[in-house]
Amino acid sequence: MTHSSLFASDKRTASRNRAEKRFRAYGIIAISVGLAMLAVLIFTIIRSGSSAFQQSFVSFEVMISQEEVDNAEKALLKTGVYQKIITANFEKAVTNAGIVTELSPKDQGKILSKRVASQLREFVLSDNFKADEPIAFQFLANSSIDGYLKGRVSREGLENNKNVSVEQLNFSDKLVEAGLLKKSFNIEFITGSDASENSPEAAGFGSAILGSFAMMIVVVALSLPIGVAASIYLEEFAPKNRLTDIIEVNISNLAAVPSIVYGILGLALFLNYLGPISANDWIRNNSPFVGGLVLALMTLPRIVIPTRAALKAVPPSIRDAALGIGASKMQTVFHHVLPLAMPGILTGTIIGLAQALGESAPLLLIGLVGFIGGEIPANVDQFFGGPNTVMPAQIYQWASRADPAFYERAWGGIIILLVFLISMNAIAIVLRRRFERRW
Amino acid sequence: MKLTKIALFLSTVAIAGAASARDQIQIAGSSTVLPYSAIVAEVFGENSDFPTPVVESGGSSAGLKKFCEGVGENTIDIANSSRKIKSSEVEVCAEAGVTDIIEVRIGYDGIVFASDIDGHAFEFTTQDWHKALAAEVLVDGALVENPYTNWNEINPDFPDQPIAAFIPGTKHGTREVFEEKVLLVGCEADGTMAALIEAATGDDDAKHDAAEAACMKVRTDGVSVDIDGDYTETLASITSDKNGIGVFGLAFYENNTDKLQVAPMEGVIPSTETISTGDYAVSRPLYFYIKKQHIGSIPGLKEFAQFFMAAEVAGPDGPLAAYGLVSDPEIEATQAAIADEVTM
Repeated sequence: MTHSSLFASDKRTASRNRAEKRFRAYGIIAISVGLAMLAVLIFTIIRSGSSAFQQSFVSFEVMISQEEVDNAEKALLKTGVYQKIITANFEKAVTNAGIVTELSPKDQGKILSKRVASQLREFVLSDNFKADEPIAFQFLANSSIDGYLKGRVSREGLENNKNVSVEQLNFSDKLVEAGLLKKSFNIEFITGSDASENSPEAAGFGSAILGSFAMMIVVVALSLPIGVAASIYLEEFAPKNRLTDIIEVNISNLAAVPSIVYGILGLALFLNYLGPISANDWIRNNSPFVGGLVLALMTLPRIVIPTRAALKAVPPSIRDAALGIGASKMQTVFHHVLPLAMPGILTGTIIGLAQALGESAPLLLIGLVGFIGGEIPANVDQFFGGPNTVMPAQIYQWASRADPAFYERAWGGIIILLVFLISMNAIAIVLRRRFERRW
Repeated sequence: MKLTKIALFLSTVAIAGAASARDQIQIAGSSTVLPYSAIVAEVFGENSDFPTPVVESGGSSAGLKKFCEGVGENTIDIANSSRKIKSSEVEVCAEAGVTDIIEVRIGYDGIVFASDIDGHAFEFTTQDWHKALAAEVLVDGALVENPYTNWNEINPDFPDQPIAAFIPGTKHGTREVFEEKVLLVGCEADGTMAALIEAATGDDDAKHDAAEAACMKVRTDGVSVDIDGDYTETLASITSDKNGIGVFGLAFYENNTDKLQVAPMEGVIPSTETISTGDYAVSRPLYFYIKKQHIGSIPGLKEFAQFFMAAEVAGPDGPLAAYGLVSDPEIEATQAAIADEVTM
């Protein structure tokens, strides 16, 4: 029998200690890899998306006579006539600024967005408009010029490009020098609505944000009360028997069902079956209300599970004490158990909602993807029942459009979506920290 | 009692809601037509008092299926399609009560073959594509399963580069045009068609049909990849596989000339000009179909169609041509047909 010193470890102990050290090292490596991936993700998103919040604007004055307005309003393509008016005014501004260019006035005007005509028309039709007076305007530059200012479009390989020419890039350099063209913060990206491939520079995320908001209201209004009521009944009142066991297993299963399945269910149940027979006009294709119904189904089990866990975590002594001094079962639950479980319930709910907010797969099937968010909803009916898209669907849609300018906006949309998700998770953490009680 | 009241209130809100008729036009279908449709929808919203129509994507077949679901507010008003509606689809439509359909041809779109801008340049013929992608090809006079894996086996002038094609999936109308205007034409030209007719059984018609079907069958050994998404997915595939050659719409290519180089077909470079003159053969008309029964009940439907086909919009100087549409020379006949609501 050998005697070992307490200070000098024997071979076996040394090997066990080494094993532990190795394990710790693995842990640190795993965490660093995870952190590195997160850093790469955030870096990529910010690098690709931050430019979407800036946009190039051309500022100059437009003077327009009543006669021109009347003529334009008579045309079928009114914006086409306004476009010509803007082009003429733009050329004047360019000449006044002393810029010399070989470009024809028409080609000069092409560096402006195709959206400017409707911007001008809206102003002309408003009460602020006075004929024959110069009005200072900030017009969007088109996506190629914007891309050039942001470094996305370069002079190479422009021979085949029909959207922009080298001369136009030279021209825009001169405009920048003269101070007519510059980049500035683009609030329209956050508040505006989707635009077609005609004018990617005008596309905004606002209608999708509102669509997501409407959808989340429906999800909360449906899944929170139903989910909490179901959990309270199952946890506090229901007898423990075979039936409740089956229900319990199925709720856990439902939480794991892929979300696309809920999309198909929503299409069949809400649109194809309920739509024609219901008097509710919110139940229709492309409406955030139906999106909310589908996501409420999806979120329900994801709320029931953490709610039950939170109820279970309230120690039985609290129930016993309440029952002991004569409270009814319902009073016990609503006066004592539920308030104590509330932080846990809210945390679970918010995380379930955050998941629903980022969901796009089930919405593909109920028509929330396409050119849907073309208008900002004007009233409550439009808000819930009008056609609108939601944030993840809008991002998907932008990412699949031909013009590279939309790609940048897809990343910008991801930043906004992430801000929403992070704030929701932050609220969940704060609630938990603030109100959680440990026993 | 209080809880019961709350529950009752919530369920009433969920079921009743406010009643109002749908006032936006709903459009669904081809992802090739989608950008055109979206442009017109946007401009229509800007220029008229009607709300901006809603355009969903999904593919021609999916859109026509939705279109044929029936008549009423819960169904779409217009289906976009990058091919003509099939008689089988018209029958399905009729069974569901969609009996009056107005067909509108909006113009033409070219199908182009493009590869990575830094890769080899190609000049294709339809025979090359048939030889490269058909399931069965003629080798020394005998029909065999497609053995080719490299482009220089197809044509000695081509570089030694593995064949990797990214073609639209079967739910896309573009696929059918690719099959009919490239594979079938190439199949007839290189004599495979004759051999396939030989090999088929039955009467002459049956033989011919079987041979045509066999001509358009694409090999399934992984050399050709079906892309079910949009052209962006095709572009991503080519960016990651530099040997890849993809099938795109002309408009998509024209918006991505910094990443793609286009291959001439039968010696013709695709462009709006060569397509409108008919020199570039791989083009197809684009359509949309209007449910005539919805005119009157959905506000602005006819106005939208008329606006779409107005010379200022779909004509050679309009925004659609600027995006890449090849204008229809017979646009006036289409305008008249919409005005008179001529059904199929």
